[in-house]
Amino acid sequence: MSPNIQDVPESAAVPTDREMVRIQHISKEFSLRHDHSLKELVFSALQKKKLADTFLALDDVDLTVHAGETVGLIGFNGSGKSTLLKTISGVLFPDVGRVMLRGRVAGLIEVGAGFHPDLSGRENVYLNGAILGMDREQIDAKFDEIVAFSEIEEFIDTDVKYYSSGMFLRLAFSVAVHTEPDIFLVDEILSVGDEPFQRKCLQRIRELQQAGRTMVVVSHELEMLQKLCTRIVVMRAGKVIFDGDPTKAVATLRAS
Amino acid sequence: MTGNGDAARPTLPGVPSSAEQAEGWRAPGQDAGWLNPVRERFLLRLLVRKELRVRYRGSMLGMLWSYVKPAVQFIVFYIALGLFLQLSKGTPGYAVYLFSGIVVINLFGEVFGNATRSITGNGALVAKIYMPSQLFPWSSMIVALVHFLPQLVVLVVGALLSGWIPSPTSLVAFGLGMVILLVFTMGLGMLAAALNAAFRDVENFVDLIVMVATWLSPVLYRISMVQEAIGGTIWWWLYQLNPLTIVVELFHVAFWRYSGPVVEKLPMDPTLATPGEPFGLWWAGLLIAMATFVVGTIVFERSKRRFAQEL
Repeated sequence: MSPNIQDVPESAAVPTDREMVRIQHISKEFSLRHDHSLKELVFSALQKKKLADTFLALDDVDLTVHAGETVGLIGFNGSGKSTLLKTISGVLFPDVGRVMLRGRVAGLIEVGAGFHPDLSGRENVYLNGAILGMDREQIDAKFDEIVAFSEIEEFIDTDVKYYSSGMFLRLAFSVAVHTEPDIFLVDEILSVGDEPFQRKCLQRIRELQQAGRTMVVVSHELEMLQKLCTRIVVMRAGKVIFDGDPTKAVATLRAS
Repeated sequence: MTGNGDAARPTLPGVPSSAEQAEGWRAPGQDAGWLNPVRERFLLRLLVRKELRVRYRGSMLGMLWSYVKPAVQFIVFYIALGLFLQLSKGTPGYAVYLFSGIVVINLFGEVFGNATRSITGNGALVAKIYMPSQLFPWSSMIVALVHFLPQLVVLVVGALLSGWIPSPTSLVAFGLGMVILLVFTMGLGMLAAALNAAFRDVENFVDLIVMVATWLSPVLYRISMVQEAIGGTIWWWLYQLNPLTIVVELFHVAFWRYSGPVVEKLPMDPTLATPGEPFGLWWAGLLIAMATFVVGTIVFERSKRRFAQEL
């Protein structure tokens, strides 16, 4: 569900000159492996069959993100947005070029990726907080706030497998937005939960902006990004085709 | 960010220069390498707890299962080999002899097997969120140790009942055995985990190795029988240098060799004494274990950058 456009707050981000992310001419090639077994590998070697098709997910991407900026990444499916985000978070590594960061980064590549259905809400908060880079004291200190934000207090000691999908996403999102990283990577997660919760999430994003956090946001909600971001990067087939004013960026994508 | 990882990785591209690092730059996914499990103790502990909880979800016996498997193994081997093949006749305290070997092989099998599956098994995490991937094989080792503990208690009680008196020698032998076993198995486990991310065949291969290990170390029979059969050949040396053989013999020294019945019977049967008593080839075992650990760590470090795209 996409958020109501009138609910989206105006960007509160204050860009500065301090560089936080430097992406220097990175390229990333994926091989679409046909198989994962030794047998097939041996056979293909014997038959001299081409083992894998490759495609270029990122093609010489060069980008700098400054502290306090909220940068949107837009583009059609398969344009390389998520791959770029994963290279920043350290999940994927570029083949060519390099990425450098300053400060702690937390990637919300997928809400709830680190959640385990057989653990209780409380245990999942701790596990996920730790996965996202918090230590015990930080989680202890934030725990009540995290639970209050998710609004599922009475179910916090229930196993997550009994949660509704909405409750699950609320808790996962709540953990993520309370990790307080210096750089916050967000992939398509602002369409979580019902309308009141979305409003709350956007409000939280605005608070993070006011606190001077750096954000990189991937989304297909163009209007929302236009309001939320200080700058938008448009990608197509692994290349950056526009980088700058949000309104122009959205127009560029729509025109292409 | 600092420490061993950097020195080991000058060849890998993407790591900021020292001048850049002084300005606070670092590469994403750059971490403490093999020191991660020490740095990230909190996360490691949570992962261990998760694995222990998840392992026995919906099972009535729960942790009891870690007793059932070795108990059945023990009974079957004792009946088939001890009674039918009459191994227990020539070996005083054969039950303790057998069980002290079984716990070694079980720990080996569980650490090795779990570590091998640790990357593929946590695929959802590895592919989506950055976290130091060494934590996965390490947490599976700790889980295996938790399961090992009750078996150890059973072994100690059994040994005491059959006239074993703990001594400094047995403590040293046990300590050496554990260190060699864990270092060696973690090395193999990290190697296999890295390979298994690329080729799922590896985990089946590992199951095979674990099965073979039970028979290629003196768990069921006595090492003197091996010497009789192949002594003097290169195979005998290879057999002796197998780190598992060394560890199993150390466990025998720890829990069986100096127990009452064995000491009593020694004058009549000198083969009860193991070659190179009391600690045998411990130094060779330790060297091989450390070499394996280094190789495993290097391979793991080199391949971990590709885990996310291979899963």
